[in-house]
Amino acid sequence: MSNVALEVRDLVKSFTVDGLTINAVDNVSFKIRSGEFVALVGPSGSGKTTLLSIMAALLTPTSGQVLIDGVDLASMNERLRVKLRREKIGFTFQSNNLIPFLTAQENVEFMLRLNGRVDHASRLRSGELLARLGLQDRLHNLPGQMSGGQQQRVAIARALIHQPAVVLADEPTASLDTERALQVVETFAHLIHENNRAGIIVTHDLRMCQFVDRVLQMQDGKLVRQYKTRDEIRDLVRGSVH
Amino acid sequence: MKNIYLSSYLAIKEVIRNRVRFLMVALVIALITLLVLFIAALGEGLSNANRQYVANLDAQLIVFLEKSDFSITASRLETNTVKAVRRVEGVADAGPIHTSNSEIVSLPEPLKISVLGVEAERPGMPLLIEGRQFRGGEAREAVMDRSVALRTGLAVGDEIEIRSTQGTEDRFYDLKIVGLVEEQAYFFQPTIFVPPATWELIRPQSASDLESDTPYPNIIAVKLTDPASTEEMRLRLTNQISNIEVANIQTTINNIPGYTAQQGTVQTQGAFTLLIGVLVIGGFFQIQILQKIPQIGVLKAIGSSNLVVGLSAVIQIIVVTAIGVGIGAMLNYLFSLGLPPTIPLEFNGMRSVIAILLLLLIGPLGGLVSIIYAIRIEPLKALRLG
Ligand SMILES: Nc1ncnc2c1ncn2[C@@H]1O[C@H](COP(=O)(O)OP(=O)(O)OP(=O)(O)O)[C@@H](O)[C@H]1O
Ligand SMILES: [Mg+2]
Repeated sequence: MSNVALEVRDLVKSFTVDGLTINAVDNVSFKIRSGEFVALVGPSGSGKTTLLSIMAALLTPTSGQVLIDGVDLASMNERLRVKLRREKIGFTFQSNNLIPFLTAQENVEFMLRLNGRVDHASRLRSGELLARLGLQDRLHNLPGQMSGGQQQRVAIARALIHQPAVVLADEPTASLDTERALQVVETFAHLIHENNRAGIIVTHDLRMCQFVDRVLQMQDGKLVRQYKTRDEIRDLVRGSVH
Repeated sequence: MKNIYLSSYLAIKEVIRNRVRFLMVALVIALITLLVLFIAALGEGLSNANRQYVANLDAQLIVFLEKSDFSITASRLETNTVKAVRRVEGVADAGPIHTSNSEIVSLPEPLKISVLGVEAERPGMPLLIEGRQFRGGEAREAVMDRSVALRTGLAVGDEIEIRSTQGTEDRFYDLKIVGLVEEQAYFFQPTIFVPPATWELIRPQSASDLESDTPYPNIIAVKLTDPASTEEMRLRLTNQISNIEVANIQTTINNIPGYTAQQGTVQTQGAFTLLIGVLVIGGFFQIQILQKIPQIGVLKAIGSSNLVVGLSAVIQIIVVTAIGVGIGAMLNYLFSLGLPPTIPLEFNGMRSVIAILLLLLIGPLGGLVSIIYAIRIEPLKALRLG
């Protein structure tokens, strides 16, 4: 059995707005192993982005722990958290993903530059990765010259290129048509499995779940249900189609 | 090292990919540069036109009439004061300087000039670069500054006619130019030098002045045996000779009528232009940073340190400022080639160098707020905005 790449224990994040406190993430616990691809589903406002931000060390939880490769994020200072973000985490955001003045390929390579690992071989690899995501003709386009869906795919490549322990993708398929979205998630799944990374993809669209190994369902900040077996997941996907 | 590389990569890529926008800013900086350099050149030029002769004197001290407040025009000394000064121990030599204004009329366009009466081979008379010294007596000879030659085309050997109002009449005198000196402008005018007796004859004077033939010097230029002993010698001269006050060259320059006020005005203009530059650049980069919040958020979220983000903002500002100042300096140089000698602009002075250094500083100074702002942007902003 492969190792646990990401572990979340009793995680709580509460926000107080105008004296009203809400638990955006409410006592959530789970583990994800390397090579495992997990979907995080739930209605809008259920806390998915908040959870993802905490796991990416962008937001500190109110209580609870996040361990990446066995290391507790709470034990790290800001410097180490920055280092962790560039080495161990790949992230795609719901929007505003790319550096607007870098081309598709430069955006992907920037992740390697950050880690001081850009060379000829990595350049070939970034081109290949973009090609697998259907962007072979867009390598030298600036984000402004690409559609929202194309930009999301560049962001996926950027989240994977540096072989991070954990890949976190917040609704990467929101702006793609179903056909394209299914294709991208399938490729995403292959890449996670091939490279033995731990992946979490947030989605509204239950049909995307057919390529994942497990589904975590959130509601009002709580983890309400997990779909673990092939059959459970298949039924979930079918239910959404009918 | 890796940080500097990353920051430069980001800064330069952004400038190249948004070159039109950054070029506009660089052009604004270029215009400010042009303006600041012009003001600096004007300051240098005016200052030279005013003080050049005094600044280039082969002397360390200037003797004035007591209570003249070091004003050359207000000072009028006894003729024997020169001899008294020469006798003081520590004085290597001393020469009288008589000042007045006149006009060369033997030209298609009359030229106002300073007429300085000095003794040949004494302090006050500049080094010749062409021709020979004037002779005194009835010879009616003069040495001219190169600025006269440049403006009129006159050459050594030419004759000029000058006009002076004496009493109630205009009188005309012929002078032969026998020698050439350079960098001797005085009181915003090109200069000619004549012996004291000639000066007394040809200078404009009132009816009462006409009664006397004695040339009273305005000031005396004093050359010291030990050029470093100015302060000590200043006191010795004041003590040993009555009715005089003594100043060093810098004090004399500062007291040339209008000099200090004029330089103050020019410097204030320069300072304000620099300040406007700081505000313009500051404004631009601040607006730009506000537009860049999401992209800076992304940079930080994927693991760029504050150092990299801040450094890249600094590098970008320096690059854009340097390009702007470079373009401005070049335009300035092109302009300077086409300027006539009558406009008192001096582009190769120390002031232009200082102005360029200050201009290079206004970018980072103006951009400081935006840099601090960039460092403070939270990576989470990338997720919530837009
Ligand atoms: N900074 C904040 N301050 C106050 N409340 C917040 C903040 N961030 C999130 N919330 C609240 O936390 C809850 C969860 O938000 P979150 O963005 O995690 O939801 P989500 O599941 O990602 O929704 P969506 O599917 O629409 O993206 C929401 O009720 C939201 O209003
Ligand atoms: Mg969300």
